[in-house]
Amino acid sequence: MAKQEPTETPVAVNTPLADEDVRALRAGQPVFITGVLYTARDAAHKRMVEALEREEDLPFDVRGQVIYYVGPTPAPPGRVIGAAGPTTAGRMDRYTPSLLARGLKGMIGKGSRSDEVKQSLKTHTAVYFGGLGGAGALLARSIQTVEIVAYEDLGTEAIRRIEVVDFPAIVVNDCYGGDAYADARARWEKR
Amino acid sequence: MKHISAADISAKVADLCIRACTVLPPDVVAAIEAARDREESPLGRDVLSRLLDNARIAREDGVPMCQDTGIAVVFVEMGEDLGVSGGNLREAITQGVREGYEKGYLRKSVVHSPLDRRNTGDNTPPIIHAEIVPGEKLKIAVAAKGAGSENMSRLRMMSPADGEAAIKAFVRETVEQAGAGACPPVVVGVGLGGNFEQCALIAKKALLRPLTDSSPDPQAAALESALLELINRTGIGPMAVGGRTTALAVKLETAPCHIASLPVAVNLQCHAARHAEHTWE
Repeated sequence: MAKQEPTETPVAVNTPLADEDVRALRAGQPVFITGVLYTARDAAHKRMVEALEREEDLPFDVRGQVIYYVGPTPAPPGRVIGAAGPTTAGRMDRYTPSLLARGLKGMIGKGSRSDEVKQSLKTHTAVYFGGLGGAGALLARSIQTVEIVAYEDLGTEAIRRIEVVDFPAIVVNDCYGGDAYADARARWEKR
Repeated sequence: MKHISAADISAKVADLCIRACTVLPPDVVAAIEAARDREESPLGRDVLSRLLDNARIAREDGVPMCQDTGIAVVFVEMGEDLGVSGGNLREAITQGVREGYEKGYLRKSVVHSPLDRRNTGDNTPPIIHAEIVPGEKLKIAVAAKGAGSENMSRLRMMSPADGEAAIKAFVRETVEQAGAGACPPVVVGVGLGGNFEQCALIAKKALLRPLTDSSPDPQAAALESALLELINRTGIGPMAVGGRTTALAVKLETAPCHIASLPVAVNLQCHAARHAEHTWE
């Protein structure tokens, strides 16, 4: 699909993602994500990349998948999860290129990515979404199911397979080098 | 001598931890509402509306507004004519944090050592800043300080010759570098003066002030307004999607300092400005 200009109306994104799904997304485009996500943050990334260095398998097949950088609060009785908003993505930058090289197609977090990650998104046709930082109570309502798949000993940092419906986010870095944060500054800064 | 029981202190601290994490203070809600009403950026307005929805859901459902329920930073003002019975102050506060984070289903985000990174499992120890004050009162304020905004905070030992221009540039640059990572719209705590550690502490204390007030020192108040204007010209906007609302407020605290020093600390606070306090008179 040819690349399109972003609109202010959210578009639906269904996971897992194929290359053509990624190519259809442009920086600045609001989206509603539906489907499976895998949660992982600092400690889980460290373990995954160490596993790759030892030439071991990852705890889940990352091909086509989207990782959500989140460490939720404990689920109160009657709920599948507690508050679950995105954490700062930059801390995962050093681990991300090797996961993208294995076929990971997307990530959800908040904050800017390194130049190396942005380049890697272009090389491997992948996308970085920005979630609503600090809106953990609201975002938890989009999460329908939660299942721990690896590293349970890490507690909040364990890898969870979650299913979301209409999870709101924005395309921050697309596979063409676009950067929504930089575009926003250029548009709204008063000099 | 008046006494307060350690058990009372623990129970109240537990309650403050839960309240801080689930109920956004009314002054913060009002500031986000006002920002939403005047925000020119459609995407920015949408983010601010969702943040207000989030605060409402958290309050109604009793769930934390953010999954990063922080490390508990506890500010204590303890009267010198007051004693703690059945325990000591530090343990009473620590026990309160332990109970609050367990009972409130809050996230345990503290590791034993920055090197071994093992989680302590109960979000203790808290960081306690205690001050001895005259009289018999005990005031405890709990701030649940998340790492997103804390990690973007900075301190610089400037030269007095650098002056206001350098202070402004440093504050602006700190907010710019933080971008979405600090979860804007932020509250910006600025410490000016003192020494290395006092400067950082007053910057953090500034974040406990009501968003509606301004510094009683006219020169500091003028700098607060100038900094707010400067930050909101950056266009970063709510969650960095672009817009006019990058900061809700700038709170500046000053302290006397050495003739050779100009310490400047910028402590960023995300929009989920979580703190709660209680005073025993």
